[in-house]
Amino acid sequence: MLVVTTDAVTAAVAAPSTLTPAEIANIRADFPILSESVNGHPLVYLDSGATSQRPRSVLDAERDFSEHHNSAVHRGAHTLAALATERFEDARSSVARFVGADENEIVWTSNATEAINLVAYAMGNASLGRGAPASDRFRLGEGDEIVVTVREHHANLIPWQELAARTGATLRFIPVDDDGELRMSEAAAIIGPRTRVLAFTHVSNVLGTISPVAELVALAKAVGALVVLDACQSVPHLAVDVRALDVDFAVFSGHKMLGPTGIGVLYGRSELLDALPPFLTGGSMITTVTMDRAEYLPAPQRFEAGTQRVSQVVALAAAVDYLTAVGMDRIARHETELGARLVAGLAGMPGIRLLGTSEGRIGLASVDVKGVHSHDVGQFLDDRGIAVRVGHHCAQPLHRRLGVTSSTRASTYLYTTADEVDEFLAGLAEVRTFFGVTS
Amino acid sequence: MTSSELQSLYQEIILDHQKHPHGFGLVDGAAASSHQLNPTCGDEITLELHVEPGTDVVSAVHWTGHGCAISQASASLFTEMAAGHSLSELDERIGAFREVMRSRGTIEADEDLLGDAAVLSGVSKYIARVKCAMLAWVAAEHAIAQVRAA
Repeated sequence: MLVVTTDAVTAAVAAPSTLTPAEIANIRADFPILSESVNGHPLVYLDSGATSQRPRSVLDAERDFSEHHNSAVHRGAHTLAALATERFEDARSSVARFVGADENEIVWTSNATEAINLVAYAMGNASLGRGAPASDRFRLGEGDEIVVTVREHHANLIPWQELAARTGATLRFIPVDDDGELRMSEAAAIIGPRTRVLAFTHVSNVLGTISPVAELVALAKAVGALVVLDACQSVPHLAVDVRALDVDFAVFSGHKMLGPTGIGVLYGRSELLDALPPFLTGGSMITTVTMDRAEYLPAPQRFEAGTQRVSQVVALAAAVDYLTAVGMDRIARHETELGARLVAGLAGMPGIRLLGTSEGRIGLASVDVKGVHSHDVGQFLDDRGIAVRVGHHCAQPLHRRLGVTSSTRASTYLYTTADEVDEFLAGLAEVRTFFGVTS
Repeated sequence: MTSSELQSLYQEIILDHQKHPHGFGLVDGAAASSHQLNPTCGDEITLELHVEPGTDVVSAVHWTGHGCAISQASASLFTEMAAGHSLSELDERIGAFREVMRSRGTIEADEDLLGDAAVLSGVSKYIARVKCAMLAWVAAEHAIAQVRAA
């Protein structure tokens, strides 16, 4: 008789099984582009951190919508308009469930960059008195502080620079150590009574390491600051529950999670979204309009002015369904293993410096190759059909802090195999010899 | 395992110029200076033209910056080629180089005109790298315009 102890059950829940090679082979068969050849070699796609590939179900969802349901949403009384609206709103429910939010807490944007700009510009509008008195909690002015970290993507830095410039608030930074990790003791000193906003990335797009969200959120909550989480590199790769993380806003991007380009997501706690004045204004976001003024719909419609990206939204829902069917816990486990394989393979490789070595990473690693510029590294790997990201990955301040101008990044996803990681490692081991670097 | 295309992109002479660049390091007395940045990769160059007094002949080119093997070698090869030419002769050579770079591998550079810089012809097959090769040449173009405006 099989006796299952409570401990065993807990362990099984805590440690989901990884994806088997047979499962990965089946997954890969769903992604047409993964059968492509590049420069005479089978494509080894290690650039999912920049944009992920799309399974047939996502491509089909977009085509199916276009062939059978295409129509404007939230207007029109005809059958197709109703069907399109239903699919558009069903997609919102799917994405909301996927991250543990309510559907009225999900706002569609063009991309994650626009989602952050939406929050920043809406706060700027609140600072001018728009939406008062409900929006008073978003008002910024001289003496107020916005805090970000040195390891932000430019998309989670520049909108805050601009908001500070428009409102007179001060932008402050949590520094990182030589390994790119946040200096949490300094964070505790920087986040204080003047802090109104704390914006930081969940997973660094350069280092692949995971930020201490709970600690940072606790510091922000203690002083009543709003927390804006850049979840672009976490939602596609980890099981993310925005409510469990207790953040106020979170943003992520459809094209990094098997979806199409042109669709991003803003999550906001409902009472915050309902108090925030709009960013983009126009059709579809109003109740009553006169020649002098307008009344606005509650969230999320308040933030969705103009014709929406309906086919992209429908396709994103198909992407979420695909990820859910495989299981985010299992995807995370698989990618954690690939991340560990990358780190282990890079260790001790002469002239190769891994940026960010702390524990807790997704399947992503960036390296500096001594004596060889990242563009040349990328070119060498591309010759073998291996696609990686080179450059500063939209994170110049972090690269500068780490003493490099650019790096070479390999990033995995659920369809990435251990063999592909090994091909990258083998190529990297030869690159310095090819370029005649010996020291 | 490495393809012949890649070997031709990174010829020995290109890697030599990268490792031992001509004219690296700025020198006082330049007639004009231009700073160029490739925002996609962060590569940058500051290139200065020295002109023989009373003439429009470039006596020397000096530059500083950082970037990939192609951009560094290209700056070095331009420097080597440019000295002793008049501004209009350089115009002609920059124009010819740009035409080769934009040709997607269909035009082979004229060695008589461009000297050793002709070895960069292979770059034109790699669309993403054309900007790397052009960086120093665009800087020179801007510097020439400044000399003329002065």
